Amino acid sequence: MRGFAELYLQQFKTTFASMVQYRASLIIWMISHVLEPVVYLIVWSAVAATEGGSVGNFTPHEFAAYFIVLMLVNHVTYTWIMYEFEYRVREGTFSAALLKPVHPIHSDIADNISSKLVTLPLMLLIALGLVPLFHPQLAPPLWAITAAIPALVLAFGVRFLLEWTLAQSAFWVTRVGAINQVYFVLVLFLSGQIAPLTLFPSPVQLLATILPFRWMIGFPVELLLGRLSPVQAVEGLGVQLVWLMIGFALFRIVWRAGIRVYSAVGA
Amino acid sequence: MKYFQLFFVFFRVGILGELAYRVNFFVQLFQSLVELGTALLGLAVVFSYTNTLGGWHPDDVLALVGVYFFVGGIIGLVIQPGMGKLIESVRDGTLDFTLAKPEDAQLLVSIQRIEIWKFIDIVLGLGVLAAALIRLGEHVGGREALSFIVMMLSGAVILYSFWLVLATLSFWFVRVENILVIFQSVYEAGRWPISLYPGWMRFALTFIIPIAFVTTVPAEALTGRLSSETLFGAVALAALLFTISRLVWRMGLRQYSGTSA
Repeated sequence: MRGFAELYLQQFKTTFASMVQYRASLIIWMISHVLEPVVYLIVWSAVAATEGGSVGNFTPHEFAAYFIVLMLVNHVTYTWIMYEFEYRVREGTFSAALLKPVHPIHSDIADNISSKLVTLPLMLLIALGLVPLFHPQLAPPLWAITAAIPALVLAFGVRFLLEWTLAQSAFWVTRVGAINQVYFVLVLFLSGQIAPLTLFPSPVQLLATILPFRWMIGFPVELLLGRLSPVQAVEGLGVQLVWLMIGFALFRIVWRAGIRVYSAVGA
Repeated sequence: MKYFQLFFVFFRVGILGELAYRVNFFVQLFQSLVELGTALLGLAVVFSYTNTLGGWHPDDVLALVGVYFFVGGIIGLVIQPGMGKLIESVRDGTLDFTLAKPEDAQLLVSIQRIEIWKFIDIVLGLGVLAAALIRLGEHVGGREALSFIVMMLSGAVILYSFWLVLATLSFWFVRVENILVIFQSVYEAGRWPISLYPGWMRFALTFIIPIAFVTTVPAEALTGRLSSETLFGAVALAALLFTISRLVWRMGLRQYSGTSA
């Protein structure tokens, strides 16, 4: 256990140092993470305003709240492992990670958490800056805010495990760009990033509920907006737990098979 | 005329270089189709709740999406690769070779690298534009068509000059490629009518990063909602920016010291 603490601490130092070095790419990531929800915020607020002040149970100010909270939740659960893994396998840098006495996923978890420790305060500041511009309206009950904490942790876990598993397709396919893109489109629509899921036709809503996407982003957002009943919240946490276990099982299975087919370029 | 010949020479080189990697064609085709599908589905969701978005009807926004893809294709085909290469060659000194050639160096750096598969985006954009035009039908007359072409051309000049000035900054500051990446991520905002956005964003997308002139303004021209002030303003701005970019380019060249000098 102490070993892990040291490992994570060391990774934090490494990540922090490299973030200071690559400030510019940091800013680019932040811009795209802020711009997309803000654009949809504006589009949907305009729709609500023209359609007599509300669309699908959302007023313009509630849309503002939805997309600002979504921006934060998406940032918390976000991973970049799918880009990174392709590079690692293609360039063979993954070989070095395999020599370490711990599973490579640990350094990825540590890297992700440490970089969020730096970026999340910035995102919170940006969210605060958006408040006077778009006047979001939300009044979540205290229990919902409390329930959102485990929901966020589980959402991060589910997303991280699934994306780490999917990233391993790089073991079999050299160019995973197309796979990644299809996945990103699914996330975009089925996690609630384009519009609150309740605005979609019911077959799409059903699909989003069965698949893991809503549980990675949409569910914590709905919870924080105070749109779920306590029963729905508990059910949701349960589904997240189930997906976490499925994700873990998939991760183990794919890892065992993938590591056998991995051969570094030049090895 | 000679300039077109030069462009086609570079274009042929681009084709020859890429023909070895034909799979890339299908990868790009797939990715472009997915991207277009995403954009259209997004529109479908929004317009299932309303039939006008800030005064724009579904077919108008469809035309805008067509323009967005078309222009995005042009940026990816020639502007971005050329400017990326320029920044690179200023840093490592290989710009010497370009300067030694007996043609105008600004022209050469602008067309020196062609990403031919981006043609797919241009074709898809034109397809969407054609579909929108068919649906708009008789609303588009000769006046609209003409002002659309004029706005596309001045938009292209504005965009090109903007990129050239940014890329030319590399003569003074060595690492500027990040500014260009920021452009790419902000460009996405051009998929929707700029008039939707609040004032400060509209200002930024018009004058700081001139995306409005290549997306919303041509689409406005096509759907007959362009005022003549905007039309003349855009043409004047194009001329002004082109002159400025030429001046900055010359100043930059004087600053350039090459590899061994």
